[in-house]
Amino acid sequence: MNIDYTKELALVEGNPRLADIDELISRPLTQPVTKKYYIALSISGTALLIGVYSLWLTLYYGIGMWGNNVPVGWAFDITNFVFWIGIGHAGTLISAILFLLRQRWRTGIARFAEAMTIFAVMTAGIFPVIHTGRPWLAGYLIPYPNQHLLWPNFISPLLWDVFAVSTYFTVSLLFWYMGLIPDFAILRDRTVSKVKKTIYSVFSLGWRHSNRHWRHYEKVYMILAGLATPLVLSVHTIVSFDFAVSLIPGWHTTIFPPYFVAGAIYSGFAMVMTVLIFVRKIFDMENLITLNHLERMAKVMLLTSSMVAYSYLMEFFIAWYSQVPSEQYDFWARVVGPYRWAWYFMISCNFLIPQLIWFKKIRRSVPILFIISICANIGMWFERFVIIVQSLSRDFLPSSWHMFTPTLVDFGVLTGSFGLFFTLVLLFAKTLPVVSMVETKSVLEGSQPHHYNDDHNGEVGAGHANITAGVGAALNGGKNGN
Amino acid sequence: METKNLHSVAALFDTPEKIINAANKVKDAGYKKFDVNTPYPVHGMDKAMGLGQSKIGWITLFFGFSGAIFIFLFMGWTMAMNYPYVVGGKPFFSFPAFIPITFEVTVLSGSIATIVGMLAVFFNLPSLNDPIQDSDYLKQVSTDKFGILIQAANEKFDKEKVVEFLKSLGASTIEYIYEPEKEEFKILQPKFMVFLALVAILTSGGTYVTLNKLMYVIPFNWMDRQSKSNPQSETTFFHDGFAMRMPVKGTIAKGFMPYPYQGQAQPNEVLSNPTLPTKEILELGQRKFLTFCSPCHGNYADGNSRLRGQFPPGPTLHSDKIIGYSDGMIYNIITNGQNAMPSYAYQIPREQRWAIIDYIRVLQRAQNPKPSDFQAISQLKKESGKNVVN
Repeated sequence: MNIDYTKELALVEGNPRLADIDELISRPLTQPVTKKYYIALSISGTALLIGVYSLWLTLYYGIGMWGNNVPVGWAFDITNFVFWIGIGHAGTLISAILFLLRQRWRTGIARFAEAMTIFAVMTAGIFPVIHTGRPWLAGYLIPYPNQHLLWPNFISPLLWDVFAVSTYFTVSLLFWYMGLIPDFAILRDRTVSKVKKTIYSVFSLGWRHSNRHWRHYEKVYMILAGLATPLVLSVHTIVSFDFAVSLIPGWHTTIFPPYFVAGAIYSGFAMVMTVLIFVRKIFDMENLITLNHLERMAKVMLLTSSMVAYSYLMEFFIAWYSQVPSEQYDFWARVVGPYRWAWYFMISCNFLIPQLIWFKKIRRSVPILFIISICANIGMWFERFVIIVQSLSRDFLPSSWHMFTPTLVDFGVLTGSFGLFFTLVLLFAKTLPVVSMVETKSVLEGSQPHHYNDDHNGEVGAGHANITAGVGAALNGGKNGN
Repeated sequence: METKNLHSVAALFDTPEKIINAANKVKDAGYKKFDVNTPYPVHGMDKAMGLGQSKIGWITLFFGFSGAIFIFLFMGWTMAMNYPYVVGGKPFFSFPAFIPITFEVTVLSGSIATIVGMLAVFFNLPSLNDPIQDSDYLKQVSTDKFGILIQAANEKFDKEKVVEFLKSLGASTIEYIYEPEKEEFKILQPKFMVFLALVAILTSGGTYVTLNKLMYVIPFNWMDRQSKSNPQSETTFFHDGFAMRMPVKGTIAKGFMPYPYQGQAQPNEVLSNPTLPTKEILELGQRKFLTFCSPCHGNYADGNSRLRGQFPPGPTLHSDKIIGYSDGMIYNIITNGQNAMPSYAYQIPREQRWAIIDYIRVLQRAQNPKPSDFQAISQLKKESGKNVVN
């Protein structure tokens, strides 16, 4: 277990050829659906149906079906929203920020993480809308000249949220689709089924791997990464403004934007890790999504967990330093108050347990990483619960203090959000390439010319021609010299 | 084969090094219309093909800035000019609060324009009828081969020479790509017409159902049905069956002022106008008169009803009888109503009733001016030098 971290670790293991990559990654799309897949799908589908039924109850009878009541006007709904938006931050971080930082290991996990971003943002988007009580009126959030001559209130953080989340979703979707276009072309050229070919042809837009296209394509990828980097940081910043711009003790703090962004990346990486640990096992992709990938993700988790822990401590310090009694009380109540169990969950899952990642043995052990990633997800949900419910239940006036008790419908909607997310993930894993074929090929050993600047090609390709083994395959023989 | 038009000659290579070399040589040989197809972007290929920097960033720059400027001005216009209202004590034009949305829209418009511009303008996609579609050549470069293709449209294209040239560069396979046969899609073919009809039916039907049916189904019915009792309705909640409640015995509503002159013929002995005819009071009286009195009595209290016979017109207030009424008498009539006129006690508060009376006095004086009024007006004219009043 001696790893030389001064060299870049292998991005793809097992020395596959280019054609093997296509074969391996597109295999889940062509293989018959297994029983295990159906079992997984039925579990997530059941959770989804529970959510649909709970949502129907909410819409029919109103949000009185939830436990929210004054002063706790935001509870599970907004907790779930912030939780899922946070989950959605890993994808764009991996695809944009790590791209700009030239972290080539991102290729193995970028596609899946981006897909999870899109699904998580879809799931998150439900919550602020249903939280309004009459979601079918949400169209008024769009600034269009309507018959009431009403414009949305552009200086409200809640409207900033609308713009931030919808922009994030649109840009992530475009980014994801753009990465998929060449892969769709590969699938189109591989498949023998006429129906599939039609579908892939439509989505590949007639892509033909032309270098006259690649050069713009790479540039656009870079530009989009440049645009998406501040975007991903802005989204959770704006989500944190929902709280920081208000005056409730425990919310009104300037540390929120960086604190929320760090937490979002932490939970996002945790969720990506949870899912990828299954995916690499089930789809035999341990050579593409290697232990090195998991280790690196664990390191990012450790970093962000430390940032979050620092914020926890700093909040306490500022509460004391501010000399505002209600602020001081609110933080004291987190430790000893009626919601202390949630705070203990949060501290242990987000701060104490991730400290195990310092040990190399642990961060290269898949089962323990899996447990840590699950803990991180639980911890981050409770972090939002503490911030939202605990702060609201202990506001300025002791006479208005009130406990929040979730109802069965609250739990139903929460279950449903997981159902929706995992149903989408399962469908994605079976219908689209879960790892980018093009990007993986481009980082393969020997896939890039070594001396492309000089002209002598006498012996080039001799050392590492194995990526296209089977030279001059007979595939095209018939048409030769026609 | 003779009937088909040759589009290009394509060659496959096995390694990235060979394709870079081939691209270099093809460029140097003077071919302009050639393309390299690789399963992934190969580093250094742009240089080998003699392609410059991609200029697509200008699209991002232009549309990003356009989006930013547009949304910033738009927010300023809606919040400070079109419909200004105070939120949280902030100024109408709150520059800092406009920053987040300006940023988001910059990113949104920049990214959408870049991707759409790249696909539609730079690549001319979607296009499924390129000659190399469905060729073995494309299938190979999709997977693991590196291809170069020289178009027949090049000036000095010679089929045999090009094949020889490509083979000398180390091509493993040569393939001829032919122009696809022209396909014609007639607008009036039945399939397309059926498709159009289906789209029309689905769109109109969907719109009709949504707007006329779905919007009136619980829970989308705009809270038409609520579990509450409306005024004047029955209820089982209270044992007397009335939804409306009586005040608790012995209590007086806030702001209630008893009116003890009900039915008294001449309350003027005790009721006198507490207001002075100042400018503010007269303007208030004018507003309220135009709102409540003018529909029947006319804008100038001359009995010229604005309702045009839909309701019995009120009498003129310029008759000697009414001019002779005391303020208290008119107050009594407004408060209690008279003949066809209902009571306005619940619609017009006390002070406003007196203000209306002051204004009625102004209207009456205007119809029957005194010589001193003319003198005052001509005095005003002299001072201002303008035609103040005719």
